[in-house]
Amino acid sequence: MTVLDADRRSADRRRVWGRVALYVCAIGAALAAAFPFLWSTITMFKQDQDLYTKDNNPFWFNEPPTFEHVSYLFTNTEFLTFVRNTVVVGLAVVAITLVVSLPAAYSLARLVGRWGERMGIAIFLVYLIPPTLLFIPMSRVVSALGLHESLWSLILVYPTITIPISVWLLMGFFKGIPRDIEEQAMVDGYSRAGAVVRTVIPLVFPGMVAVTVFAFTLAAHEFIYALSFVSATSEKTISIGVPTALVRGDVFFWQSLQAAAVIVAVPIALVFNLFLDRFISGFTMGAVKG
Amino acid sequence: MSEQAVADAPEQPPPVRARRHLLDNERFLAFGAMTPAVVYILALVGFPFVLAVVLAFSDVTVGDPSLDLVGFDTLRQVVADPVFWQSLRNTLVFTLVSNGLVVVLATALALILTKNFRGKWLVRFLVLLPWTTPVSLATITWLWTLDSIFSPIDWVLRQVGLIESNVIWLGHPKLALASVIVVHTWRIVPLAAVIIMAGMISIPGEIRDASDIDGARFWRRTLEIEIPLMAPIIGVAVLFGVILTVTDMTVVYVLTRGGPTNATQVLSSWAYFKGIEGGDLAQGAGTALFLLPVLIAVAALILRFARRRDVL
Repeated sequence: MTVLDADRRSADRRRVWGRVALYVCAIGAALAAAFPFLWSTITMFKQDQDLYTKDNNPFWFNEPPTFEHVSYLFTNTEFLTFVRNTVVVGLAVVAITLVVSLPAAYSLARLVGRWGERMGIAIFLVYLIPPTLLFIPMSRVVSALGLHESLWSLILVYPTITIPISVWLLMGFFKGIPRDIEEQAMVDGYSRAGAVVRTVIPLVFPGMVAVTVFAFTLAAHEFIYALSFVSATSEKTISIGVPTALVRGDVFFWQSLQAAAVIVAVPIALVFNLFLDRFISGFTMGAVKG
Repeated sequence: MSEQAVADAPEQPPPVRARRHLLDNERFLAFGAMTPAVVYILALVGFPFVLAVVLAFSDVTVGDPSLDLVGFDTLRQVVADPVFWQSLRNTLVFTLVSNGLVVVLATALALILTKNFRGKWLVRFLVLLPWTTPVSLATITWLWTLDSIFSPIDWVLRQVGLIESNVIWLGHPKLALASVIVVHTWRIVPLAAVIIMAGMISIPGEIRDASDIDGARFWRRTLEIEIPLMAPIIGVAVLFGVILTVTDMTVVYVLTRGGPTNATQVLSSWAYFKGIEGGDLAQGAGTALFLLPVLIAVAALILRFARRRDVL
């Protein structure tokens, strides 16, 4: 009896310590990941005098916080132009990606059989060919097409990054939909294509949302192509605009720079947080053999 | 066949009669549906890829864009430059060290994030930030964190009394190397953890639950049951990390521009400075081409891991 009690007590104690350790690790991980952003968030509201006094506590407001530098970002810099360019490029890339990837992913998941698997692997390998290897020849291609210094160059080239990964993701979603559904529609007299459009596409909608978020983010992240193709400030995206155009000579507008980073980082991370479980299951569903 | 169709027609009128044959032909549909993707990839990945190889064997510059093949001359010039070797070494060091750290930290992070606890969404949000933020902006937050005068890290070290003045993180070759490694590790750990979590779903829940009931202690359970089962997916996650590190120039470009005096130069940034800023397209392409063996090795490894576990 007492032995059992002692056992239970030690098991309880272990569980409590386990919980404490879990919380310590979780908080530690969150702080380590977010530290530069927390520092940026404090920085963006600091007055110059506060920020540039070396012995002031950097983690607190020694002078009252100010919005001056955040509004400077919006009124006196090209930040909003970069945001607009990024949104334009991102949406166009998402549209191209969906139009090209949906049919390809469907036929890889359902129609092509053994060849489907090989093509799937081939498309995946394309994803592993990085912009770093291609940006120099690509800059020749872009100027040969007359798209240099234009957002069109990015709209044309970014789908090469987003299509392979999107085909891969969507393939997983298509495989998760039972064949019976479209076969039933075909029995009802629709052609294969008609059956897919009417029954499968609505069901794969969550996958399309995932691809939209993914493709948009990849387009917003891309750096090396944008840096190589575009040097006019009016055509820059956030990714290259903020680090190259908001730094004037050796003068860093630190508060405004950090504000730009935080203002871009937070919404994207929030959206990803919403869709994280979906991405995780999407990647795994790609594994289910069709 | 047409007789049959006519006989069936009154009972089941096909919605689009004229196009039925073609739209029911599986083979036609399959290849038709894949054509746009295949054409896009061939035109804008396949062709530039071939062009990358051709450029590396030519002497094309921005000033003289005519394509003359010069054999191995360009590649010989590339390897004759000591900065190239420095870049190659840095690329390998950054990749190996940061991904070694990624293995440990991402596995730990995945194990934490698969447990249930209060405020998990906030932890998840904060932990995702380094990965979901555009790399250049994430690096800008580090550029300020590692500032030569106002770095908050320096301030803490000064308060504790470990240093008198400033560390100047990005000014010393060794510290700059370490800084780049930290930033790479920091931004890849979340992605690797997400990939590992995706793979953990395919580990049957019963195994984890069963070991819970057995009362197997945490470390034994983690080290002897969970981690061996996770090994292949950890492998895949790290190989993704390797690709991201080997090919990245953003961190170096924003943080140090390859400095001080090329101490943190990597192959991709060197290719950029030579090829785009310096205008020597042939040498730039030739420099980037040295990434190819690494990428082929990584691709082969990913496929082997993926085959073994059906994770991809």
